[in-house]
Amino acid sequence: MNVLPVIKKEFRQIRRDKRALGILVFLPAFLLVLVGYALNFDVKHLSLAIFDEDRSSTSREFVQSLTHSEYFDLNYTLTSEREIDAMLNSGKAHLVLRVPRDFSRNLLSGKNATVQILLDGSNNNTASVAGGYTAAAIQHYNARISGELLARQGKSFSPPISLEPKVFYNPDLKSAKFLVPGLFGLILMIVTVISTSLSVVREKELGTMEQLQTSPLKSYEIILGKALPYLLIGLVAATIILLCGWILFDVTVRGNIFMLYTAILVFMLAGLGQGLLISSVADTQQIAFFLSVFSSLLPSFLLSGFIFPISSMPVVLQIISNVQAAKFFLVIVRSIILKGTDLFAVWDQVAYLLVFVAVTIGVSSVRLQRDLNA
Amino acid sequence: MKTIRQIIIKEFLQLRADKRMLPIMIIAPILQVILLGYAATVDVKNISLVVCDLDNTRESREYLTRYTNTGYFTVVEYLDKPEEIDDYLDRSKAIMGVVIPKNFGRKIQSGTPTQVQLIADGADANTANISIGYASQITAGYAQSILLERTTRAGGLRLPAQVLAQTRVWYNPDLRSANFMVPGVVAMVLMIVTTTFAAAAIVREKEIGTMEQLMVTPIKPHELIIGKLLPFIIIGAVDVGLVLGVAVLWFSIPLKGSVLLLYGLSGLFILTTLGLGLFVSTISNTQQQALMTAQFFIFFPFIFLSGFTFPIANMPQAIQVLTYFVPLRYFLEIIRGLFLKGVGIETLWPQAVTLLGFGIVILSLAVMRFQKRLG
Repeated sequence: MNVLPVIKKEFRQIRRDKRALGILVFLPAFLLVLVGYALNFDVKHLSLAIFDEDRSSTSREFVQSLTHSEYFDLNYTLTSEREIDAMLNSGKAHLVLRVPRDFSRNLLSGKNATVQILLDGSNNNTASVAGGYTAAAIQHYNARISGELLARQGKSFSPPISLEPKVFYNPDLKSAKFLVPGLFGLILMIVTVISTSLSVVREKELGTMEQLQTSPLKSYEIILGKALPYLLIGLVAATIILLCGWILFDVTVRGNIFMLYTAILVFMLAGLGQGLLISSVADTQQIAFFLSVFSSLLPSFLLSGFIFPISSMPVVLQIISNVQAAKFFLVIVRSIILKGTDLFAVWDQVAYLLVFVAVTIGVSSVRLQRDLNA
Repeated sequence: MKTIRQIIIKEFLQLRADKRMLPIMIIAPILQVILLGYAATVDVKNISLVVCDLDNTRESREYLTRYTNTGYFTVVEYLDKPEEIDDYLDRSKAIMGVVIPKNFGRKIQSGTPTQVQLIADGADANTANISIGYASQITAGYAQSILLERTTRAGGLRLPAQVLAQTRVWYNPDLRSANFMVPGVVAMVLMIVTTTFAAAAIVREKEIGTMEQLMVTPIKPHELIIGKLLPFIIIGAVDVGLVLGVAVLWFSIPLKGSVLLLYGLSGLFILTTLGLGLFVSTISNTQQQALMTAQFFIFFPFIFLSGFTFPIANMPQAIQVLTYFVPLRYFLEIIRGLFLKGVGIETLWPQAVTLLGFGIVILSLAVMRFQKRLG
């Protein structure tokens, strides 16, 4: 085995490029902080504008019942209909609540009163959440006034069914607990796919590949020697994510840590396979980088279930999402970290990953061998 | 002028020589917008549900049909014992379990309050939250219908007056996720393509050793920069057309604002991204370094801090301050405003001016560094 000298050479090259090494090591911590603090599914403090045409004590009380929560910030009070347009166009308000002139008159005379809610739908998620909050707040208000009325008539009012929700694994429903394990996929993809493909193609582009070819090294030794250092860096990166996740976001590994590292190792092999496959296709680093970004970085960000649920995507895309390794890896990682299950519970995902590893490494070594022997 | 033209010709020849480059620059953005346009959806649909109906009466079945009728839930399995639910959640085969207790139907008949148990996989906090929301809506709806039945049976009891909400959604009445996401994806792909090219452009000549050849020619630094940048501006302009075309023609995102204004402001954005790429190129020694730097210091912070998927208003105050330094943030406001709201320059001028400022500062910084290195 002549792998060791190649590994040494590769490490020396990595060490000489201090910035690349720094990026590989600090990227995990940086991304973790960014994702953990900046990304949040909660929709709170929606900017609310009120146009109260009624201006009665009843309407004021109604408005207050809405703005009482942390969900809405009453930022603007409008005095004319014209202002509504500008509010929503400029994005100053997420929603405008309009209370009509006859609001209190209707309500006090026992008739239903209608209020208007105008939502900025350009962010559909924020809009539907805002719609949900207002509906719930109004329901709450209704229940209160009905209850008061029935109580005055001496009747009680009790709901026939109540829901008793129980949340497993992440009872406080913290976004960070979901996103931090998901980061493994993204970061390890960068470390493995992009780094391996660039480091192999670089030799091609600079012409040093020929020097390696004329050396007595066997082609598998070259490939292995180029890939192994990045595997090691990946393990360090994974450990940094685990530590930072634990210190900053209180994400602890509920399952077996050895199984977690086994899964990480298999996933990195998949990434290496993909990187080698790209380097067998690309002739310049620019192309290798492009192929890497578009085949690993973006899919592992958008198509893996990291943020966007796969089950909500169109069927065609759900099928396409199976071509990448990150999707399966994320199920495994989240199961082990958050649910405390073992690898056997998610054996089908592990099997997919292994198939991915076998195919990418198989195809790329055949292709690279041909290149190297040519 | 002639020298600049020669450099441009050289750049294009180089691009053509690399047979994979041109297809990548044309096809990759289109494919990416199509793929990611579909993928980037925050809707929660097809929630996998396991059901344990211990009651099995007309009432329990009616209640459960409401889950499947909404279209949000897909029942994966009917279980006999509530304990079996754990296993489904552990193996991620279901996201939620519903347990209907014995005597559910009898209690509803007799008017005694009853409880339904819901078990949700909280690992995906957002999906769990939304699923529970759907379930409580369904339960409230069912409860309402029972109450109504009861009051009409009792007769004479008048329901108290209610406040009704009339909700109107502007700009995106069907609340299509694509309408919000696709313009964002367009901006993201544009940023990645243009920044990467510019970042690799100059450092590549250095790495291969052809930079010295260029330096011994009588080309002046500014001619070299313009000659290097213009091809990318041209390719960038073509890419803008392509990705905008995909958004409008493929995804039928309504483009309510002016096409010309959108094109012009996209050009302004590309000025910034090319400048950033060029700057990265001048501070790097190898392509690997340049590309890693671009990815780490530009792509990630920009994507996460621009409001691409997560509203900036939800971020902690300290991080919100950071977002003001992210040009993509302003371009997203522009592209979404133009696509969905149909607003014009009278609303978007602050964003446009900021973007122009970024473009000028970044590009001059890059050019200054570049000249220093050449000199």
